Amino acid sequence: MKFPESWLRTLVNPPISSSELAHSLTMAGLEVEAVEPAAPEFNKVVVAEILAVNKHPNADRLNICQVSVDESINKDPLQIICGASNVSVGAKVPCALIGASLPNMIIKRAKVRGVESFGMLCSANELGITEEAEGLLLLPKDAPTGEDFRNYYDLDDKLFTLNLTPNRADCLGMLGIAREVAAIYSEKLILPEISLVKTRDSDTLTVCIDEPDVCPLYCGRVIRNIDLGASTPTWMIRRLERSGIRPINAVVDVTNYVMLEIGQPLHAFDIAKIADKFSGIIHVRYANSGEKLQLLNGEEIILQPDMLLISDETKPLALAGIMGGDKSKVELGATDLFLESAFFLPKVIAGKPIQLGISSDSAHRFERGVDFGATRAAMERATGLIIDICGGYSGSITEIKGELPKRKSIALRKERVQRILGVKLELSKISEILQRLQFDFLVKNTTFNVVPPTYRFDLAIEEDLIEEIARIYGYHNIPAGLPNTNVKILPYVEAVRTSMELRKICVTRDYQEVINYSFVDVEWERHYSNNSSPVMLKNPISSQLNAMRSNLVGGLVSNLKFNLNRKQSRVRIFEIGSCFLKEAGCYVQSEKLGGLCYGGIVAEQWGSSERNTDFYDVKSDIEALFWPETISFEITAHPALHPGKSSQIFIGKKMAGWIGELHPKLQQELALPKAVILFELDLDILTKRTVSKSGEIPKYPSVRRDIAVIVADNISVSYLLQSMSALNSPIILDISLFDIYRGNGVDNGKKSLAFRVLLQDTKKTLTDEEADSVTKKLIKILENKFEAKLRN
Amino acid sequence: MNNLENLLNEATVLFDSIDNISDLEQAKARYLGKSGALTEILKGLKNLSSEERPIMGGQINKLKEVLEARLNYRRDLILSKKMEEQLAGEALDVTLPGRGAGIGGLHPITKTLERIETLFSSMGFAVASGPEIETDFYNFTALNIPEDHPARAMHDTFYIAEEENKYLLRTHTSPVQIRYMQNKNPPVRVIAPGRVYRCDSDVTHTPMFHQVEGLWIDENVNFSSLKGILIDFITQFSENNDLSTRFRPSFFPFTEPSAEMDISCVMCNGKGCRVCGHTGWLEVLGCGMVHPEVLRHANIDSEKYNGFAFGMGVERLAMLRYGVSDIRMFFENDLRFLKQFN
Repeated sequence: MKFPESWLRTLVNPPISSSELAHSLTMAGLEVEAVEPAAPEFNKVVVAEILAVNKHPNADRLNICQVSVDESINKDPLQIICGASNVSVGAKVPCALIGASLPNMIIKRAKVRGVESFGMLCSANELGITEEAEGLLLLPKDAPTGEDFRNYYDLDDKLFTLNLTPNRADCLGMLGIAREVAAIYSEKLILPEISLVKTRDSDTLTVCIDEPDVCPLYCGRVIRNIDLGASTPTWMIRRLERSGIRPINAVVDVTNYVMLEIGQPLHAFDIAKIADKFSGIIHVRYANSGEKLQLLNGEEIILQPDMLLISDETKPLALAGIMGGDKSKVELGATDLFLESAFFLPKVIAGKPIQLGISSDSAHRFERGVDFGATRAAMERATGLIIDICGGYSGSITEIKGELPKRKSIALRKERVQRILGVKLELSKISEILQRLQFDFLVKNTTFNVVPPTYRFDLAIEEDLIEEIARIYGYHNIPAGLPNTNVKILPYVEAVRTSMELRKICVTRDYQEVINYSFVDVEWERHYSNNSSPVMLKNPISSQLNAMRSNLVGGLVSNLKFNLNRKQSRVRIFEIGSCFLKEAGCYVQSEKLGGLCYGGIVAEQWGSSERNTDFYDVKSDIEALFWPETISFEITAHPALHPGKSSQIFIGKKMAGWIGELHPKLQQELALPKAVILFELDLDILTKRTVSKSGEIPKYPSVRRDIAVIVADNISVSYLLQSMSALNSPIILDISLFDIYRGNGVDNGKKSLAFRVLLQDTKKTLTDEEADSVTKKLIKILENKFEAKLRN
Repeated sequence: MNNLENLLNEATVLFDSIDNISDLEQAKARYLGKSGALTEILKGLKNLSSEERPIMGGQINKLKEVLEARLNYRRDLILSKKMEEQLAGEALDVTLPGRGAGIGGLHPITKTLERIETLFSSMGFAVASGPEIETDFYNFTALNIPEDHPARAMHDTFYIAEEENKYLLRTHTSPVQIRYMQNKNPPVRVIAPGRVYRCDSDVTHTPMFHQVEGLWIDENVNFSSLKGILIDFITQFSENNDLSTRFRPSFFPFTEPSAEMDISCVMCNGKGCRVCGHTGWLEVLGCGMVHPEVLRHANIDSEKYNGFAFGMGVERLAMLRYGVSDIRMFFENDLRFLKQFN
């Protein structure tokens, strides 16, 4: 809602500055988004009359004008050169005098093609009033010559823009804003005078409300014999323009003006366009499926049966409360019109403008709720203004009234006010605030029974009234306190780690955290998780962001590309986020930790040889993330990964994630010079951990035996380790691999593995014989199961 | 007598000329060894008279002590010189950078979330979460936003395809309020951080962003305590005790009374600038007393309990705290941008 301050001040005029007024409105819940001057700074511009216009001798397009300003300014007429095409003798225009400073120039005495010029005749654009530049700004004939133009045009006015919340439809009219200001400052409201015009009672159209449930109040009136050539008064045009509305013709201007003033949208139909113009019947009915209507904005829409129409006997005339039809609009040449002021329930309008992709000031108001107590008054106001401007006469109002929304009395308890707000407001204070708001109420003991006004659609329960009390009392006057509450320590579960702990492990291991959108290109779903039926969005922001991700790696790989393009050579990133799948008709959301490594194992530095990060480097990061839980790895097939360099990760039998190198085919497609290592872990599993328990620290020394064997290259080390562990000897403390060798001395297709076996007896010092015996058993197992050859 | 004196002089000159340990040990043998000069003199003692023998013996012993002291002195000198040489050869350029793995960093949004969570945890708020694909019921209806309510137009909602607009991407973290209250009996004190989505993209909007919802339901909470808690929070969050705040009426269908909290502009200290739209104030969060209709959806008796709720945009707080001017930077994941926050 945008309006000029000067208009508001005609309705209520508290003795405060513009900025104080803006602050008060904001603090009362009508947020003032901007206060701008009506025109930029300029001076020395006066109203002037053009006395004579002569062709410039040296230029076709220029004229030499003799201009009268005022004797007190300049005794003789001024000679001014002007290039505007609409210059004419007798016209009144703004004239910038020598020394005037305009928004974009300073006026000096000048010679234009050899002829002296003593000022400048101005267009609205040159004065910064409008964007358009269409010749001189022509002023009405009665404009007083010599008067300061700022003063004459009221340019020191301020333009307020309110950012209204949807509950405050009552402030979509000047009257509503004025009521608020009156309540805030306990000021008197000055209502505009509405003149009742004389009517010809017999001249009416029949109105038939087919849907009284959604149109419980309809006022219609015939106005005939008007002169639409009459121009709208300057003051009205100025108010409209300063409220952001373009003037069209006197009738449309008046309907817009009354809408801005009272908040009631009005619509005027050209009677000539209504079937059978003298005994026409106006219907308020739902559309028939498939009916068409060309709207004022030129668009033709196909109507749905839930859309309310104004129609005559044969055709739709307007989309009720939203927009008029193009065919029945009032334009130059119209002499008779049918004026409508009605109340449509918000629910019959709401949602339709979005559905149709149109917006209008009328729909904006009806959607939120229009004051049905002012419907008739708005009709009277508009009739008076139209006849004042355009002449003509009117018929009497046809008013059809049904079941209007109830304004039930709401009980407002003093105790509840105090309890909700936490401030001791007394009965007298509450009563005073309700009076300032002009609410009807009765008091009984400590309870007020308040009947909300017809213009307030947002007051239904006690809390709504409590907000009204708080608003006018001032939120800033409610002290900041702390709740009186019981102290309770929150649970702190050691067996669950927070995702923040995991993030910090990643950070200490040189990973940078990223955050990607949860929606991705549907192609990524195919590439990175072979997901042929991802969760799709109905209205994506772009076609590249149309599917909900089921994996994190698509985002990570695109982050890699993005950063490589920006000259980063080493990328180590991770993300924790939600992934989405549709399973058995349900949307399943799971939290994952994904990571990506590319480039050197360490940043390029002195004294370290360059080596690219490989599978095993990242595997140790994963082991660190799961630590102290033991995880196992099993080679797997994954659509995005190298088939020989990818593995699933298990905790016991539970799949906890995967790790692998990006498939060389994808690496090629993405034009990545080096291999990419990726992983993705299930956050639910990752956050669980076993709470540690202390065991016995052995008193006797342990014994170490090394076993070196040669086995076929395709045997996984984990199988050898598992088989050895299966011996289950109580004195084996640990078996681990400490060397792996292929090449000289080892046949092709074979590898040499060296295991370290730690042996220990918790009861005594182990003898060599005992240690050797266990070692021999281990070697036997390797020989029997894997055809291992002992190495010397 | 002269003999002894000569020997001392001769030995001293010899010892002082030696600068390595093995030569020194040889020199020691020359005087103090089995056939050393001093040993020879000692052997001659037996030829002396019984009066002279103890005198001479005493002199020889004294000389022996002196020689040993000289030797030890020389040995220490050689060793310490040798150590010095070794140390000088081993000196490092301590200004060279350290080697090995570096360290990564958290995303600025995570850092901001961590601050918010830590501050509210210290006030006894639990942390909860909820699904990002929500139903229309939890995202709107249960929060007192019926179908066709103009407030729905304020949320540019992403809908999931294939369903009759039943499933959507949550437009705010407020649905977690309902889910949490349905599972817990009051008193309830919880925050719900998370990702939210709106179909909007420009310099000040990204289609995904983060919010933190807060909820406190109890018998004794009111608008005054709402103000107290939030002022306390924003002061600690900003680490600025001089920060001004103001609460002004606003509208959310799920709170009544509703308020918007502003802080004095951190760019211009409230004087008015481009960032604050020349008002001197910045909107940082929405809040209010929980609407009785919302409590009803969670089966809580609004006559016995009431409470407050608040919701804040994490990106906005992060932008103000770290001086980020374009919200889109958070999701471009440019390492040069992200590493500034490490």
